[in-house]
Amino acid sequence: MSIQNVSVISAAAILMGTSAFAGCGIAGGNVSILGNEFAAIQAVADGAKACAGDGVTVESNLNKDYRELQVAALTANPAQYSAITTTNAAIVPLLSDNLIRPLDDLIAKHGQHLSKNQLITVDGKVMAVAFMANAQHLFVRDDILEKVGLDAPETYEEVIAAGQAIKEAGLMDHPFATTSKTGWNLGEEFVNMYMGHGGQFFKPGTAEPTVNNDAGVAALNTLKALTELSNPDYLTFDSNAVQASWEAGEIALAHLWGSRGTGILDNEGSSEEIVSSTSLIASPTVGGGDIPASTLWWDGFAIASNTSDANAEASFVAMLNGISTEVVKANNDAAVWLIEGYEPAPASAGVFATAAGKTKPYPMIPFMGLMHTALGDELTDFLQGNESAEQALADVEASYIAAAKEKGFLN
Amino acid sequence: MRHKTFFWFILPSLAAMILFIALPLVSVVLQSLHIEHEQVIVVTENCGPFGCTKESSVDTEATAQLRAEQPLGRFAGLSTYFDRGHLATAEISEAWRTRDGFGDFLSELYNLPFYKALAFTLTYTFLVTPLVIVLGLLIALGVNRLPSLLKGPTIFVSLLPMIITPLIGSLILFWMIDAQGVIGKTLQWMFDDPELSLKASPALTWITLMVYGVWSSAPFAFVVFYAGLQTVNTDSLEAAMIDGATRWQQIRYVVIPHLMPLVVFISLIQLMDNFRVFEPIVGFSAQANATSLSYIIYADMRSDLTRFNSAAATSVLTVIGVAILLTPVLLRTWRDFKGKAV
Repeated sequence: MSIQNVSVISAAAILMGTSAFAGCGIAGGNVSILGNEFAAIQAVADGAKACAGDGVTVESNLNKDYRELQVAALTANPAQYSAITTTNAAIVPLLSDNLIRPLDDLIAKHGQHLSKNQLITVDGKVMAVAFMANAQHLFVRDDILEKVGLDAPETYEEVIAAGQAIKEAGLMDHPFATTSKTGWNLGEEFVNMYMGHGGQFFKPGTAEPTVNNDAGVAALNTLKALTELSNPDYLTFDSNAVQASWEAGEIALAHLWGSRGTGILDNEGSSEEIVSSTSLIASPTVGGGDIPASTLWWDGFAIASNTSDANAEASFVAMLNGISTEVVKANNDAAVWLIEGYEPAPASAGVFATAAGKTKPYPMIPFMGLMHTALGDELTDFLQGNESAEQALADVEASYIAAAKEKGFLN
Repeated sequence: MRHKTFFWFILPSLAAMILFIALPLVSVVLQSLHIEHEQVIVVTENCGPFGCTKESSVDTEATAQLRAEQPLGRFAGLSTYFDRGHLATAEISEAWRTRDGFGDFLSELYNLPFYKALAFTLTYTFLVTPLVIVLGLLIALGVNRLPSLLKGPTIFVSLLPMIITPLIGSLILFWMIDAQGVIGKTLQWMFDDPELSLKASPALTWITLMVYGVWSSAPFAFVVFYAGLQTVNTDSLEAAMIDGATRWQQIRYVVIPHLMPLVVFISLIQLMDNFRVFEPIVGFSAQANATSLSYIIYADMRSDLTRFNSAAATSVLTVIGVAILLTPVLLRTWRDFKGKAV
């Protein structure tokens, strides 16, 4: 199904929704949604907007920089937004500053149909409702692998071997790419690889960093071997750049977000030859480990603390309408929905395979964000060959400790 | 003017300066001397679509109480200034103690984020500023000699780099220097090196950023010099010509001395502008190879775990840096001023 078809159908569904269920049974109130911007979230926000009318207003601000706004916007009293879409990483500062409210009462009243695995509970209280899953996984070009006589790789060692074989066969100069842009993206690649090696980021129960160890060094060396198979510009590659390279047929192996699957498998921006031989498979394991070197993510929504109870209730009902079975059916291919009525599509095969391999979720820890920032900033020197892996990891720990002291996590 | 009249005369601007310059500075200094409260960490069981795990979380009630007691956070004195993210005094003395030659010490120094940023910031400032002045002067002299029919269009075209928003200008160039872009591919072809990438190596990234800096700032110097050229005394120029001065000699001994005050002016503005170089780093995604003091502040503020105190300390250090940079130029202006007054 092409993008146009999906949007026509969803637009039709929304129009019907508006006429049939104006107000969604909400007594009244103002709903404003802050969220990330991609196809699935747009569908959810449009579904919530179908509740507008009869004294209910629904507005949304969908923006890929939503994380920069969220703390300030929800700290204000009354909060600038009553509902927010979030993930297992983005929710942490909201939890730490008490900016989102427990949803148990609202679920008892309106959300009995939600399945238990959609409820994000912290210390027994439901703080968010998840609606979709995401993970980075492997994209492979079957035709290229066939030319060098290799099967789809299951471990990173096989990925590296396949990349070298493709390079030596003269098929591509830089067969591999991943989101390795300095900063958040590069930090995320290390997090994936380190978890695949079985690493621990912190001493349990404390904020003390523990990344400078054998697992960290091994993770860095694997990353370096991969970047040697990447275009020399790899430190500027984000998801958009990798997707563009893939659609241009410049790469044969990519570790990329599952949410990009729809865009890569549609008939736009690429050739039939590339699309038909693209396979979405599980994230590889690494270093003899038994879980894929990736992290699982959920996207969900939460309701602001600093908003009136009436607006909170209206927001909750509107968001439930946004993640209803009808919205999911109309936008089936846009995401890996955690909602009843979802039919797994080819674009979601990679995320399912990765989750089936018992990949761990991204840690929902208050100081993980500081660690992630330190990783993203300090690993570049090693990848460029300016310093040793041990030195890079020591720099990560030192940089993290300085930040954690300032934020009050360490003394 | 009587004192009372003078006071009422400057009161509005004085009030504006206190409100918009002095108070923010006081606030930044105050924030840089504090760090956040201790966060009370508890271990909770968190569940989601992928199962349950025991993880650390912040005890929000206990932390909120600490925050209510001391809204500014904990007083930390100058400790933020001396930590690893800023002046890193402990790391430097350690590096000096265990150094293995001066080069090794320098590379250890370069490994610290503040000094890495300072190295690029200073190199950028001291290379781009003189180049902008020289290039601006050359363009101004060239345009000044054009027949008047061509002057208008040439001036317009020369000003284009200044009209384009810096971020947009750098993004356009970023895609042009991409390995697949028109400039990137041409360079690969010229140097016969398919691996050549302006974005990959630190040295080439620095050069790219500086070329961009000169490109975007030269029009400013050009406009100022061009205006100055219109005021050159034609009598002196004719006198020089009659004495048999070549064109170069006329420029060297008549035009340049006349433009000297403008050179000081442009240096002042450019030193300040270049010291806070920022947009090209974002536009060129160059943070892997080049960061500046302004970029460090931006990175601290641009996440949901904002580090206000660290950003404040870097800001104060930047203000001190600008003050040091401008001192020689300001001293010179002051001396000229005194000389004229006597």
